[in-house]
Amino acid sequence: MTAIVLLEARGLAIRFGGVVAADGVDLDVLEGEKLAIIGPNGAGKTTFLNIATGYLKPQAGTVKFLGKEITAHRPRDITRFGIARAFQIPQLFLDHTVIENLLIAAAGHSGRTTLMRSLHDLPERSEMESLLDLVSIRDVADRKAGELPEGKRKLVDIAVALALKPRLLLMDEPTSGVASSEKFAIMDILVAALEKQRVTSVFVEHDMDMVTRYADRVAVWSAGKIQISGPPAEVLADPVVREQVIGI
Amino acid sequence: MAGRSSALTWTLAAVVVAAGVIPILIPSMATLVVLILAKGIVVLGIIILLQAGQVSFGHAMFFAAGAYTAGFWGKYLGVGDLVVYLVVGTVFATILGLLVGLFVVRYREIFFGMLNLAFSMVLWSLLEKMFHLTNGADGMRVPRPTVFGMAFSPENFQYVLLYLTLTIAIVATFVVQRFLESPTGNMLRAIKSNETRLEYLGVSARRILLIGYVISAALGGIGGVLVAVAQQIATPEFAYWTKSGEFVFIAILGGVGNAMGAFAGSAVFELVRFYASAQLANSWQLILGVVLIAIILFAPNGLIGLWKRQRAARDES
Ligand SMILES: Nc1ncnc2c1ncn2[C@@H]1O[C@H](COP(=O)(O)OP(=O)(O)OP(=O)(O)O)[C@@H](O)[C@H]1O
Ligand SMILES: [Mg+2]
Repeated sequence: MTAIVLLEARGLAIRFGGVVAADGVDLDVLEGEKLAIIGPNGAGKTTFLNIATGYLKPQAGTVKFLGKEITAHRPRDITRFGIARAFQIPQLFLDHTVIENLLIAAAGHSGRTTLMRSLHDLPERSEMESLLDLVSIRDVADRKAGELPEGKRKLVDIAVALALKPRLLLMDEPTSGVASSEKFAIMDILVAALEKQRVTSVFVEHDMDMVTRYADRVAVWSAGKIQISGPPAEVLADPVVREQVIGI
Repeated sequence: MAGRSSALTWTLAAVVVAAGVIPILIPSMATLVVLILAKGIVVLGIIILLQAGQVSFGHAMFFAAGAYTAGFWGKYLGVGDLVVYLVVGTVFATILGLLVGLFVVRYREIFFGMLNLAFSMVLWSLLEKMFHLTNGADGMRVPRPTVFGMAFSPENFQYVLLYLTLTIAIVATFVVQRFLESPTGNMLRAIKSNETRLEYLGVSARRILLIGYVISAALGGIGGVLVAVAQQIATPEFAYWTKSGEFVFIAILGGVGNAMGAFAGSAVFELVRFYASAQLANSWQLILGVVLIAIILFAPNGLIGLWKRQRAARDES
């Protein structure tokens, strides 16, 4: 049984002045997998997420989602196609409370932009509260997002992306800034939930323990190319990867 | 919490009663209170846009659209009915808001503000220059209309206008407050804090801003009809940039976090103008300027913010 290719990038190239972030990147994301992308700082991993979500246009190459070309679309449209994103630097509505951030996401997803009903009375409210449980931040539901420490904000950012019920979730260093004592506990629950809801996920990661523990497959992004991809145990054992990416 | 909201309800009730009763005791106040309320309605629209972090320096165009609806009706169709003026003026301002809005919601901040200014100046010069249609700088007289088909004496009319305006102001405040608490209202505030994330939720920030813009234009039109009827005239000044600036001024004075700020700001503005211009001829602007500086420096959330802060301090002790 061959898996469905959910996201298909072909020949992506983009440079910023002299910086080459991508130079002929081919990458497939298969339905149901958890793909980790690793690579040195400034390699172009975040740029890839920017391209895949329509925030940046590549200078060459295409991205397809479920066989349909999305390269020229805006983030808003791509979100509606079923790709959600959690950001490296959390992107939240800082003047709103945590639960309001999720409710706004829920309203955006359902298209429920009624004018006369309170945001707080949306039927999705209890569902959003369970999302907060999922990433262990129910206790800060009524705090302003802007008052939270970075680690908590990252978790809110992930919950906001999940509120969109995506088919594909792109996460940029999901637990950077989260206390290492909590990291694995949160990821355990998150990954289980993603599996249960059959959400495919891509996560950019610097922490090799996270990669080993949660990824089905890992792709190494370096010098504008995917150098190698495969099962974590295999890829992380590769001497070149060990030297150039992991730095040992 | 319950104590807080019932205190708010009582304060609101007291303000409404004062607005309704004072003019009976002091008849000369009736028109002044109408102006306060009518401008407050316009400022509600400014407050909506400020939620999204956008300041329109051209909102007087919608105010003028409402006022000239009454003016044109009087000149070309004869004495009309206030209710008809209100309906037609609001529809007209709404359509204008949609047309201008489709264009300006693509821009943000200074560009948004200036583009609005530009549109309003186009309207202003049309009103000035198309003399044969609009009577130019002289403006258009607005004869006293009937209300629901009934004609009133000048003495009675001012009270009819007052209570109608008061009713509209209450309804408008309620509607705007509800709107701001709705998903769309919250998305409007989200434009201010993180437009990128909003787009990443699949939401068109432009569409949200357009909804807010059209509502605020409609409010401008309602206020324009009421002021023109109260002053019995519509002039190009209604569309002039100083008038737009006045609305923004009142919004900041009153406080932009809450619909009530519009009326608090409008009351202070009109009262200072009324009394200070009697005493000081042309220097009333000076007094208002000093008041505004004091507000920005010491009470950045406006008069309503000041009031809330005082209540919070009292609740703590
Ligand atoms: N919009 C942009 N304009 C100019 N340069 C950019 C832009 N986006 C990214 N870059 C540059 O492209 C390179 C790749 O950046 P990117 O953020 O994709 O790296 P990354 O792999 O995510 O790194 P990190 O692991 O540090 O997050 C960097 O040198 C960055 O400075
Ligand atoms: Mg990055």
